[in-house]
Amino acid sequence: MDTTITKVPFNGTEEQKKALLEVINKHRGEKGALMPILHEAQDIYGYLPIEVQTIISDELNIPLEKIYGVVTFYSQFSLTPKGKYEISVCLGTACYVKGAGDIYNKIKQLLNIDEGECTPDGKFSLTGCRCIGACGLAPVITINDDVHGKLTVDDIEGILAKYE
Amino acid sequence: MYRSHVLVCGGTGCTSSGSNKLLSTFKNELVNHGLEEEVAIVETGCHGLCALGPIVIIYPGATFYAMVKEEDVAEIVSEHLLKGRIVSRLVYTEAISEDGIKPLSETNFYKKQHRIALRNCGIIDPSCIDEYIGTGGYEALGKALTEYTPDDVIQIITDSKLRGRGGGGFPTGIKWKLAKESKSDQKYVCCNADEGDPGAFMDRSILEGDPHVVLEAMAIAGYAIGANQGYIYVRAEYPIAIERLEYAIKQAREYGLLGNNIFNTDFSFDIELRLGAGAFVCGEETALMTSIEGNRGEPRPRPPYPAVKGLFDEPTLLNNVETYANIPPIIVNGADWFKSMGTENSKGTKVFALGGNINNTGLVEVPMGTTLREIVEEIGGGIPNGRKFKAAQTGGPSGGCISAENYDVPIDYDNLLEIGSMMGSGGLIVMDETSCMVDIAKFFLEFTVDESCGKCTPCRIGTKRLLEILNKITSGNGTPEDLDKLEELSYHIKENSLCALGQSAPNPVLSTLSNFRSEYEAHVLDRICPAGVCKALMHYVIDADKCKGCTLCARVCPVNAISGKVKETHVIDQDKCIKCGACMEKCRFDAIHFN
Repeated sequence: MDTTITKVPFNGTEEQKKALLEVINKHRGEKGALMPILHEAQDIYGYLPIEVQTIISDELNIPLEKIYGVVTFYSQFSLTPKGKYEISVCLGTACYVKGAGDIYNKIKQLLNIDEGECTPDGKFSLTGCRCIGACGLAPVITINDDVHGKLTVDDIEGILAKYE
Repeated sequence: MYRSHVLVCGGTGCTSSGSNKLLSTFKNELVNHGLEEEVAIVETGCHGLCALGPIVIIYPGATFYAMVKEEDVAEIVSEHLLKGRIVSRLVYTEAISEDGIKPLSETNFYKKQHRIALRNCGIIDPSCIDEYIGTGGYEALGKALTEYTPDDVIQIITDSKLRGRGGGGFPTGIKWKLAKESKSDQKYVCCNADEGDPGAFMDRSILEGDPHVVLEAMAIAGYAIGANQGYIYVRAEYPIAIERLEYAIKQAREYGLLGNNIFNTDFSFDIELRLGAGAFVCGEETALMTSIEGNRGEPRPRPPYPAVKGLFDEPTLLNNVETYANIPPIIVNGADWFKSMGTENSKGTKVFALGGNINNTGLVEVPMGTTLREIVEEIGGGIPNGRKFKAAQTGGPSGGCISAENYDVPIDYDNLLEIGSMMGSGGLIVMDETSCMVDIAKFFLEFTVDESCGKCTPCRIGTKRLLEILNKITSGNGTPEDLDKLEELSYHIKENSLCALGQSAPNPVLSTLSNFRSEYEAHVLDRICPAGVCKALMHYVIDADKCKGCTLCARVCPVNAISGKVKETHVIDQDKCIKCGACMEKCRFDAIHFN
């Protein structure tokens, strides 16, 4: 369950909205239509931002807070898009004493996002993780499947620049 | 007519190990040899022996090929299908005896199994309704609609003594009777296919391998209780099952086996799918119905029971997938046939998902009353690496751990409760001496803390406190009083939680405490973890005889915990050590040990 509000501006297209309205109309009047609509809406947009929830709320005449309650209850529904590159910072003890905390802060500062968030251009998302078992390489971050080890704060900018 | 059938397993286990590619390779190879008119390729459901996937079975003869790779296909086609010579290097080793190849039913894995719920899995093509009908499918529905009254159907189910296979083991016949007796214009039949227990996958295999059996049984249930609408609540994490169910519903409608006036009677029944969205609590019956209604999947107090006031406030019958899979054979063969299997109060068979430290991981279906020893040692092929059996965990996060002391207890609903566990949905995780029971309890508590819906306080806060105490113990800070606190808190959570999730959440703690108390005591009194799992209770030490004083460990240590001069024995400062293991990894003289 992820309740973070995203900083990524909503950039849904008219086509996506049209597809969503079709989905809503298909299920309109059905008993318990909300769950199938949310599933299909997430397929269309990739996540369920508040703008999408608002459209569903207006169309079905269901209060927004109820929809928000349902979306945040189920782990498969996401309020934030995942970035093209998912950065994961190891916060295990070995990495932490070698300065993972500073590296984590540096990434947050450079990308201007917090844990669990995604950059406005959809490029990077950031999470902290438990020990990934590469303590000999501490401190370690992973970006998608790449592992970067023995980092210093000064390395970060160069590494992020490699991902375009 | 085909002279030979090649059955390729398309269950989730085999698909993950690449059975999709086998299908297309087989098709190409058959065309290459001009055999496409003589040999049929069938994608089936699960055979149960998932550890040996991808599995290919060739009829006639039921030759069982295990761990088949894409590059093996050409040989199977040119040798077996063209020349009639079995490729023995690929045959399941258990099936090879001195006199040649044994029939599958005589191998240890299958010998003691008795398949009722899984009878069609791995045998028929799940995407073909004709194959289901060919093995007797929809005969039970026809018989029920044309020969029996709804009361007759309920009587047969009651007489069979079938009990719910999803967890609690409530008598199915009584459930149906209660739903029938509720008066209402609108009633519902639901199927719980939200199999959430980590380690249980029998419902998925039935949905993937034999989807029509669930549709048929739900229609029979609809006829018995007077409902014309059914819902299947299936996990969104099971894409293959969803696809096959959707297709099966479409086929059944085309054949007039769902819809209006089924078998030219005045009975009408239809089924819709509803997808879950990743919430374990939705396996609880009232939470499941709240979720279908489009709400947060929170449970509600009972009574009123669903049979009186369930989905959309109407009387509702809810059974799980495996329970439904038993219904059609009972209607066709009668209650006495079903009753002839099993123990006094648990009739029929039960499917178990074998996992953990065991050779034959997979799905097995055995008569109730089979002992744990038979399941683990004979069917499961024992424990790998010559290790010893320590415990078996049944019932998932709601169940408990059975110790070796109860290895020979016949497994049924009542005996499992007596030895501190429960049947649950049938996950059976085997553990050897390398598993720490405190750590296992912690693992399940982490799961329940994560999945607690938060509606009632005992579950939301109580499970969190339990986990904190367990964390304290495994990190080496536990006290003997903590064990009493665990017990007392567990009791309060069980007594006061709203639904079965909370009421059973402390079971992993209570059962390990009672069956493996000495292990908890070792953690809190002697500060050791006998199984060597809890890292905080372990230490890295340098063997003075082997250490050459090369200084490599001291240089690699991230926290400078190792000191010593060149060519002299080094020592680890245990207060500074963070147990990352970097030193042991680097040591060239095998001088560093973890114990």
